[in-house]
Amino acid sequence: MSTGFHIVVCAGIVPDPLQTLEPVSGPQGWALKNEMMLPACLDPWASHALFEAANLAKNVSDSKVWLVTLGPKAKVQQVMMTMAQKVPFELVALDGAANGFTDAAETAAALANAIEGIAGLDKSRLLLFGGWESASRGAGATLQIVGERLGITEQFQGVDQITIKDNGAMEILERVEGGSHQVSECSSAPAVLGWATGNLPEPPNNSQIGMQNMRLIMPALQKAPATKIGTADIAYKGIELPKQQRNTRIVKDVPVEEIAREIVDWLRG
Amino acid sequence: MSTTSLEAAPETLRTLPGDDVRQILWRFADRFDLQMIVQSTRAVARGPVARLVAEGGRNSHEWTDGKNKLFQAYDEGGITGVFLEPEFGGIVEGPKNLALALVAWELAWVDAGAATSSLASNLAYAPINERGTEEQKREYMQKQAPLQPGEKRKQFRGSFALTEPLPYVGVDTGTVGGKLRVAEWQEGKEPILQVDKRGRFITNMDVANFVTVAVDSDDERIKGSCMIIVEDTDPGTFDKGAPTLKLVHQLSSTRDPVLNLKVPASRIIGGYTIQDGLIVPNYSLSDVLEAVFRRTRVTVGIMTSAKLLSAIEPVIRYQRTRARGGASTPDTPKYDLGIQQKEDARHRLVDVWASGEAGASFGFEVARIIDAFDIVEKEKEKVLEEQGVKGARSQLRVMRKLTDEVLEYLDLKYSPEDKRDQARYQELENNTLIQYAVTEAIANVYTPAVKLWNTSQGAIMMREAVSLMGGYGITEDCPGFLCQKWFDAQLEATYEGPEAVQRRQMSVTMINPVFIALMKHWIKELRGIAARKPETGACNLATAMQLWLWVIDYLQVGKDADGGKLYTNQRQGVTFPLADALSWLLTSRQQILDVLELEEKGPNNPVVAEGLEGTVAFLTDLCHVQAARSSGEVGRICAELVFGYNRHPAWDAEGCKTCFNEDELDELESVIPGIGSVADSVSDVISKDGTHPVKAGPCARFDGLKTFTKYRIKLDGCLTGSRLAKDRASDALMHVMIPEALDYPQ
Ligand SMILES: Cc1cc2nc3c(=O)[nH]c(=O)nc-3n(C[C@H](O)[C@H](O)[C@H](O)COP(=O)(O)OP(=O)(O)OC[C@H]3O[C@@H](n4cnc5c(N)ncnc54)[C@H](O)[C@@H]3O)c2cc1C
Repeated sequence: MSTGFHIVVCAGIVPDPLQTLEPVSGPQGWALKNEMMLPACLDPWASHALFEAANLAKNVSDSKVWLVTLGPKAKVQQVMMTMAQKVPFELVALDGAANGFTDAAETAAALANAIEGIAGLDKSRLLLFGGWESASRGAGATLQIVGERLGITEQFQGVDQITIKDNGAMEILERVEGGSHQVSECSSAPAVLGWATGNLPEPPNNSQIGMQNMRLIMPALQKAPATKIGTADIAYKGIELPKQQRNTRIVKDVPVEEIAREIVDWLRG
Repeated sequence: MSTTSLEAAPETLRTLPGDDVRQILWRFADRFDLQMIVQSTRAVARGPVARLVAEGGRNSHEWTDGKNKLFQAYDEGGITGVFLEPEFGGIVEGPKNLALALVAWELAWVDAGAATSSLASNLAYAPINERGTEEQKREYMQKQAPLQPGEKRKQFRGSFALTEPLPYVGVDTGTVGGKLRVAEWQEGKEPILQVDKRGRFITNMDVANFVTVAVDSDDERIKGSCMIIVEDTDPGTFDKGAPTLKLVHQLSSTRDPVLNLKVPASRIIGGYTIQDGLIVPNYSLSDVLEAVFRRTRVTVGIMTSAKLLSAIEPVIRYQRTRARGGASTPDTPKYDLGIQQKEDARHRLVDVWASGEAGASFGFEVARIIDAFDIVEKEKEKVLEEQGVKGARSQLRVMRKLTDEVLEYLDLKYSPEDKRDQARYQELENNTLIQYAVTEAIANVYTPAVKLWNTSQGAIMMREAVSLMGGYGITEDCPGFLCQKWFDAQLEATYEGPEAVQRRQMSVTMINPVFIALMKHWIKELRGIAARKPETGACNLATAMQLWLWVIDYLQVGKDADGGKLYTNQRQGVTFPLADALSWLLTSRQQILDVLELEEKGPNNPVVAEGLEGTVAFLTDLCHVQAARSSGEVGRICAELVFGYNRHPAWDAEGCKTCFNEDELDELESVIPGIGSVADSVSDVISKDGTHPVKAGPCARFDGLKTFTKYRIKLDGCLTGSRLAKDRASDALMHVMIPEALDYPQ
């Protein structure tokens, strides 16, 4: 009998964090100004989940990774040009709206439905991965609801580490206050793991992996079913961007040592 | 009753054009291999490369550990492997010029030295790839492939050594100082050759394990010149040499190597034969160089254009935020727009942007043409071999005989389908040699043109971009490294042959009848575009092309004031400016064609469709701005050449031959009333007392003046609307949404 995991990573796409994000209300409901036109990336929380999933799949034989995403497929395709080069996975795409204003329950229902439809997926071996929250909205609800709809009761949120023990049980570290972790042991799949940042760096691009993934990604995108997720029937009382955050200095790719040094300087200062 | 206009404001550019728009414009929307290469290269460029520049890593010419480490990033990021065939681990099937152009684009967006560093190995390999034997190709491709995990072997990197210490090879490649002699030649065995070469300004010497070297025979047993491969472990001297004290492209290594090595004759690129006791290389140095530079010069042109477009976002951000802080209050024009309130600042940025777009459009088009050329060139070789045609001269004879058919093919190609002999068209379309002749005619003009225009105009416009940043522009703190990019542009204009070389090549290739015929068809095509989309400026460009064609004809038969021929090799004062003028036309034309492509294909992509109307409107305005600029340049150059070689008429008998005499006019007045009042607008009038207007002499007159003036006046009239386009584009700059910060450090 096979013992590997079937890891399904739920990941949305979000506007590149350096873009100017301006909420606007239109006939379709709330959205970000020019959101379709802004460059997008895979939700950073979910990206961590994907990297962890690939790592787990590499270390536990006979495991497989699927990436399930709901978003405008032309935008998802652009994001795949980067993500496909990171780790091996099979894409399951749903073509529909994805932004911080959609209803988590509706999105979760569509995702759960898509997961149910994955051919060859063994739910007894299923680990449902995703971000414990999203860069488009930090509600942290979607993954839990997907899990519930799939009938998975073992749920872990804010996960930073998973270790498979000799007996096959999973040791899972979840974030709690003050940089501490809660350590749990889960005897077997299925389980939901909503990832925080994990421990793994972003893998470098590997064009060979990219070409392999693309063979399945392009057909998956082509047949992505149109999935209606509306925002029009949701009434938001107030919408604003986290102001404080926008005053921070935005830089990309600063080495860890440099960030650490700046923080130390700031603490001392 | 008052009326309110219900017309919505016209759509304009909403965000900076993203990848999806670029993929359509530059025609790689259906190539995910290329899209992935773009993303990986971008990650390296805006990651480790940008960090090194931001840390000051490019402030000196010294080779450092930081610079050296970038090679690892190129390897891991899949950049080094772009040129590899799939069997060696590459991901691009078929020709790779467009792929390499995209790599150059992404790296130069941040730092062109990094682009040079990464592409120099491709340049080193290019002679082998284009003219090497199958064994040489396989051997050096394998040696250069990045190591796979666990693989233990030395990974090769290369240098290309053509340029030599003065007074040898520079622009002119005819005076090669590098020598090739026979070191040992035992009966029945392969000869061992002595390569003796001093290089100057050779890129990548700090990391090179092999060098492709240009040499000339210094031994009566070797015939002519060739390129040959040397390796660092060959017996003899492989001295990297002194570093070049350069001020540009500091992330690349440049040195003056001294190479004196013994190598087997099998290292001669393309192989050799023994004829009557002589070693005869299969390809001479010029054969190899022609094939190499045809490909590698394109990527250099691309680099400079990337820098222009990379400057747009930082300049807009600077201009917009220039007046924030102090007493300025949010939600006022001063706070929100800063320097963007000033028309000139916006107009100048429009010029920078338009030049960048034109260069990019043209650059990628040339890369695609060279890709097509790679295929058709191989097919041509096959066909000629089947026909038993051997050797360059015989090939040339066969091709020359085809000229009439090539011209016939072009006539059919550009005729409406329902009006042409379709069977004949298909026949010619399927003829490999005809396709080769057309592609070659284009490539022979386009490659030097892209190197010439993109880098020389790019350097000028990069300076403009720097100036828009004020004092900040010339500091290390300037976001986007604009000052370094400006400086670097001068090297792009210089290496792989400076402007003079490109102009010289164009002056020969642009009068090829096939190319001239194409131009004539393009004029009609542009008029058709103008009829549908006058706002592109296509009509203006068509008129400028017409003028250029007339002038090049005129100058080929025309003589100067002393009876000297005008269009000759020696007369660079005539041929070179015409090459410049042509480059303006070609870049502008491609810019228009790309925007039409976007307009047509954009609606099929839902992401691009959103906001497409505004994006197309803005890019169309840029086309018009650029077309006006191009036609202005062409008009100026042509006028100077047509008039400039005539001696100005003097107030002597000869010069006054065409003047009116006041007495004559009085007499004529009775026959043609009013002639006196208009005569001085047609010609000069000599008064009764013999005095004449105070100026240099009577106005110039010569055969052809009338036609020239007709075109020139038409050209000026065709500028109509171009400034309105500029105003619209400059307004768009005030509204376009830009990110909150640059996506690479400063
Ligand atoms: C950083 C750097 C890296 C380089 N990397 C390499 C490399 O990897 N491999 C390599 O082989 N070379 C390399 N070069 C050399 C480069 O290709 C040459 O510098 C370039 O081709 C010009 O040659 P030159 O410097 O001898 O200029 P010259 O030949 O002296 O030309 C100078 C100027 O004289 C005029 N001129 C000369 N001849 C003519 C003519 N026939 N008609 C009209 N005008 C003319 C032109 O205005 C020209 O720009 C590099 C150079 C630099 C600076």
